[in-house]
Amino acid sequence: MSSTSSEQHSTEKTEAYYVPSQSIWPIVGAVGLFLMAFGAARWIGGGGDQYSWVLFLGSVVIIFMLFGWFGNVITESMSGMYSAQMDRSFRQGMSWFIFSEIMFFLAFFGALFYARTIAVPWLGGAGNNAMTHEVLWPQFQAHWPLVTTPGGITTTAMPWQGLPLANTIILLISSVTLHFAHINLERGLRTQVKLGLGLTVLLGCIFLFLQAEEYIHAYQEMGLTLSSGLYGNTFFLLTGFHGLHVTLGTIILFVLFCRVLKGHFTPAQHFGFQAGSWYWHFVDVVWLCLFVFVYIL
Amino acid sequence: MSTGSASNPLVSDADEHIHEGHDHKPKGFLARWVYTTNHKDIGSLYLLFSFAMFLTGGAMAMVIRAELFQPGLQLLEPNFFNQMTTVHGLIMVFGAVMPAFVGLANWMIPVMIGAPDMALPRMNNWSFWILPFAFSLMLMTLFMEGGGPNFGWTFYAPLSTKYSPDSTALFVFAVHLMGISSIMGAINVIVTIVNLRAPGMTMMKLPLFVWTWLITAFLLIAVMPVLAGVVTMVLTDKYFGTSFFDAAGGGDPVMFQHIFWFFGHPEVYIMILPSFGIISAIVPTFSRKPLFGYASMVYATASIAGLSFLVWAHHMFTTGMPVAAELFFMYCTMLISIPTGVKVFNWVATMWRGSLTFEVPMLFAIAFIVLFTIGGFSGLMLAITPVDFQYHDTYFVVAHFHYVLVSGAIFSIMAASYYWLPKWTGYMYDEGLAKWHFWCSLISVNVLFFPMHFLGLAGMPRRIPDYALQFANVNAVVSLGGFAFGLSQLIFLVVVIKCMRGKGERAAAKPWEGAEGLEWEMPSPAPYHTHTTPPEIK
Ligand code: HEM
Ligand SMILES: [Cu+2]
Repeated sequence: MSSTSSEQHSTEKTEAYYVPSQSIWPIVGAVGLFLMAFGAARWIGGGGDQYSWVLFLGSVVIIFMLFGWFGNVITESMSGMYSAQMDRSFRQGMSWFIFSEIMFFLAFFGALFYARTIAVPWLGGAGNNAMTHEVLWPQFQAHWPLVTTPGGITTTAMPWQGLPLANTIILLISSVTLHFAHINLERGLRTQVKLGLGLTVLLGCIFLFLQAEEYIHAYQEMGLTLSSGLYGNTFFLLTGFHGLHVTLGTIILFVLFCRVLKGHFTPAQHFGFQAGSWYWHFVDVVWLCLFVFVYIL
Repeated sequence: MSTGSASNPLVSDADEHIHEGHDHKPKGFLARWVYTTNHKDIGSLYLLFSFAMFLTGGAMAMVIRAELFQPGLQLLEPNFFNQMTTVHGLIMVFGAVMPAFVGLANWMIPVMIGAPDMALPRMNNWSFWILPFAFSLMLMTLFMEGGGPNFGWTFYAPLSTKYSPDSTALFVFAVHLMGISSIMGAINVIVTIVNLRAPGMTMMKLPLFVWTWLITAFLLIAVMPVLAGVVTMVLTDKYFGTSFFDAAGGGDPVMFQHIFWFFGHPEVYIMILPSFGIISAIVPTFSRKPLFGYASMVYATASIAGLSFLVWAHHMFTTGMPVAAELFFMYCTMLISIPTGVKVFNWVATMWRGSLTFEVPMLFAIAFIVLFTIGGFSGLMLAITPVDFQYHDTYFVVAHFHYVLVSGAIFSIMAASYYWLPKWTGYMYDEGLAKWHFWCSLISVNVLFFPMHFLGLAGMPRRIPDYALQFANVNAVVSLGGFAFGLSQLIFLVVVIKCMRGKGERAAAKPWEGAEGLEWEMPSPAPYHTHTTPPEIK
């Protein structure tokens, strides 16, 4: 066997790797997820509204778990128990988590592309599907945005000018402010860090507010809803899941902000900050793809 | 380390003394098993859970075969029959095979690469403990009004959207939980392998089990989220008025199949790549020769994984695609047989002129090589588009994937269990009983699945509780094979319990003369904590 690649970092470690002792948080998390899943499923599945309380309870348990678990991690980290190798584990773990998120969005983008380039044109008779068109919905005209479905639901398409454009700009700026915070953290300029991070959180909130406005507008004035055919489906699921990620990202950044206020993070060691900022940049990139493929094109 | 099961994660004897200074094994059930961060304990939990699921899914298979023993409807309502096939498939895939591999990964990877534990031990525990909850959700559906999932493990729309039972939301969320668990498990594996190798353990020195798992973990992280996406679309189609899979709203049921199989085909490799690693560990040991073509094994695994993203639509030849696409997917699928062939060749070449002995792990490994290859050949037949038009959705497909999954994946898991049980428990398994287990399994698995090829070629459709009279004799034989296979697994249960309870010979540190690797350089049972300081690899 030859030894070709990756010798670099397998040779340098001598420090002992920190293996945490037992923890109750994983099982609390598992119970929380179970309650959430069970509550949501029974509620959605027609079991009755009382199950929404199970969902709620599950969420409370999860929040409790997050506090406890991250609390432990922060304490351990602050007391210097994490070696450089441990830090790499966290970084790599976070990167792979983001990769999995990308793949999740890819499923929905895939659905969008498939529908636009294959499903809808075929329903309109493209390719060798003349008879599909003739037999199923002869009056249907293939077009995108799909404002009239084969079944006859009509809706309107969301223009990209206005709120979506504003939101794009907001997220782009937020990426810059966050980067500003990051650079200054590495330089040890804490006031600038607070400023940059605070602004980013604020921009995140504004984004979410505008997004909510856009949804209200869509539902009340444009007749664009989750159930108005494939255009509405892809629109709301893509922007909706993105919105959820922005919400989560904003919360993460807010927590980081509080931690900066408490004096956490050093120029050399700030994986938590790094992870939060990676997450935020990822969410931004997803939005750019959304803006191009859902709104403009 | 003295002998004794004191440090033994699988053995819970109280009569052993616990004194080793470095062996801080937590006391009490909760502390030991529920709050644990120990990769060996978590590995054991995974393996035991997987075995419980294997028996549960197996019981459902017995129900299915009992119904199919004779033509006509004997025992079950057709709807319940469909629930049995669906839940059987889901449990075997997500509950038996995948967790078994994760369990093996947990136990063996840190030990094999010289790491003190998995990279993220608490998350490791979370990954495991999500699973029992996920499967309770899944099994709960069977007792609900309207019954459990009845749309096949592939949950094709519109079966899973328009025509599915009320419990579908539970199914969806159960799948979400399994996905979360698998993704976290996979992240842990990758990070462990990339970041926790002992000094000197270069990538090209990694045991193949570690390599294959590295690639498997990548596949998992890449496709489990896609599965999450597609179940979410099923959920919204069913409950929130979307029409992803409904042509009236501009969607397409065929789109479901594309997204599902984009996950599904890599998924079948997730269920076989770790097996390749196991076989690549066992065959050299009992041939007393190094593995033939190590590097080519690594590259073959990587190419299989790469190609697995380009072949998904071979499951959809009959569902409507342009001819060019059918051809593309046909040729790509056939290409996969090249790296797979490399592997089979290498295993055989490893045995060639080796001094072979046939302990039970080796018996299972050899059976794997032969029977998996049969499954590969039937896969090649299915890959040929015009031929698949004939075979699709018949028992031929059932025969194909059971050859690769039962006599492939499951046999490799059995082989791995026998191979490493001495290391896990500190006791040798009962060779006599194990041989019985092997031969009974080998014969019955073929009686069970081989005739299915002929049923399929003759046109018997899959997933139907009744069949035409001319299939009666063969089905009776198949069912008998099925019952025999099911019973044979109880022998395995006995063997494992005996080992866990410390009945049998003490195992030496290296019970297999020809074995190589770090796991054999530590006592059996493996101490509770190993490699707390990384070993130096030369
Ligand atoms: C040489 C390699 C292989 C080839 C060429 C191949 C090809 C195929 C094809 C073409 C089908 C679709 C048949 C149909 O529905 O008409 C199929 C089905 C299937 N294969 Fe394979 N396969 C291979 C290896 C594997 C492996 C390694 C596994 C799992 C360990 C596997 C598991 C399955 C399963 C579960 C199905 C059935 C899915 C379903 O419809 O429920 N295959 N295979
Ligand atoms: Cu496939």
